[in-house]
Amino acid sequence: MSDRILVGTRKGTFIVEKSGGRWRPALAGHAGTGVNFVARDPGTGDLWALLGHGHWGAKVSRSRDQGKTWEDAAQVKYPDNARYIGMDFDDQGNPKEGAVRPATLLLLWVIGFGPSGRVYVGTIPGGLFASKDGGDSFELNRPLWNHESRGGDLFAGEPTSKNHWFGTPASTGEFAPGIHSIVVDPRNPDRVLVAISTAGVLETTDGGQSWRGANKGLLNDYLPNPAAEWGHDTHYMEICRGQPEHIWQQNHAGVFYSADSAATWKRVSAPDQGVHFGFPVAVDQEDGRTAWVVPGKSDQQRMAIDGALFVARTSDGGESWQPLREGLPQEGAHDVVLRHSLGNSGDLLAFGSTTGNLYVSENRGDSWRCVGNNLPPIYSVRFG
Amino acid sequence: MAKVELTRHLYAFFPHLEGREIVVEASTLREVVSEVEKIAPGFSFYVCDERGRLRTHVNMFIGDERAQDRTNLSDPVGPESRVFIMQALSGG
Repeated sequence: MSDRILVGTRKGTFIVEKSGGRWRPALAGHAGTGVNFVARDPGTGDLWALLGHGHWGAKVSRSRDQGKTWEDAAQVKYPDNARYIGMDFDDQGNPKEGAVRPATLLLLWVIGFGPSGRVYVGTIPGGLFASKDGGDSFELNRPLWNHESRGGDLFAGEPTSKNHWFGTPASTGEFAPGIHSIVVDPRNPDRVLVAISTAGVLETTDGGQSWRGANKGLLNDYLPNPAAEWGHDTHYMEICRGQPEHIWQQNHAGVFYSADSAATWKRVSAPDQGVHFGFPVAVDQEDGRTAWVVPGKSDQQRMAIDGALFVARTSDGGESWQPLREGLPQEGAHDVVLRHSLGNSGDLLAFGSTTGNLYVSENRGDSWRCVGNNLPPIYSVRFG
Repeated sequence: MAKVELTRHLYAFFPHLEGREIVVEASTLREVVSEVEKIAPGFSFYVCDERGRLRTHVNMFIGDERAQDRTNLSDPVGPESRVFIMQALSGG
């Protein structure tokens, strides 16, 4: 457990620590640069930040002294001849499916850690990069990149299957898919799940040599067949470390919960309580039936419901939800909380919004305290 | 030897280049980038993507002329050329 909060923002990395009874955010690096994700590798203690320089591209940054100094790490690069099926637009601006295009790194989105120096980075346009040496080098996971759900091995030639991966608005310039969730099974590091906007969940149990879809029970109400194998818009997915058969996801089409290691999913939203749409989800590290979400007003608005910000908690696997509003603004609030911007550690929770507001709870969400109103737009909140 | 001048933004990432006169033996812009990479490892991935293309919001000039070949950086560079590497004005 950690009581230090790492915050990635549109304008730099912040570290929030409690001193003299107050949580105090302090700029800890990358001033002026977009920071999509900041996290600590529990194995090495290194801090990692995924940067998005507006002009100079996406860069991986590492600190080996707890955020005092940062340096460029080994960079994530797509290998020569890596290609993917993207979406092109004709002269009239109409989308045109099926263009095979060379892959270059558009966005570093999430970093995940396994034991023995395993580090994973999820990117747009949909590549998972893996390191076995603590992040000193990264390599594209080709079995996932070449998966039949996205056209097969395009290194070898033309598509051999249909592409089922769509794009995400989070990609810049191109409408490409992205990996935003990486879950390493604490019981078995060869078992890794990733979630993609927009495709769904894929799972490996052999250390990344082969992958299969894990979307049974997901429903995407926006598809002609909501129960289709692919096309699911997981917004974020998280596992319970103490009870890893319990996995949660906040999806575009509701909150989904699996109690059987993602073999099947069940929609557990409560739309009448406002618990349905949103981006992040946090899972208790001991009790897999306890989770938190930050609901938003429908996918059409994507902001706090009726100007009132709240967190919803379940402790029974989504059978019931409790709104948690104490200490949060209940009028005039129009915040949206992005997928990586809710974190937890023991009884501590923290979340941040694109409006630059950061809230902390020390009692599992029962009450909240604002610890910053004037931060840049917040992209990630993690304890570590 | 071509003289290379950088936007101040790049000195933030490569502080050891600041205040230093950068002169390189190069006949094309591609060779300019490769030569600067030798004294500032990682530099080329700031200016170009994995395919070697000039990044969308980066410009290179030879004298007063903006680079024409943003894909292969084949624009010729002479021994007396001044090469400028700068960011486009964009963002907020």
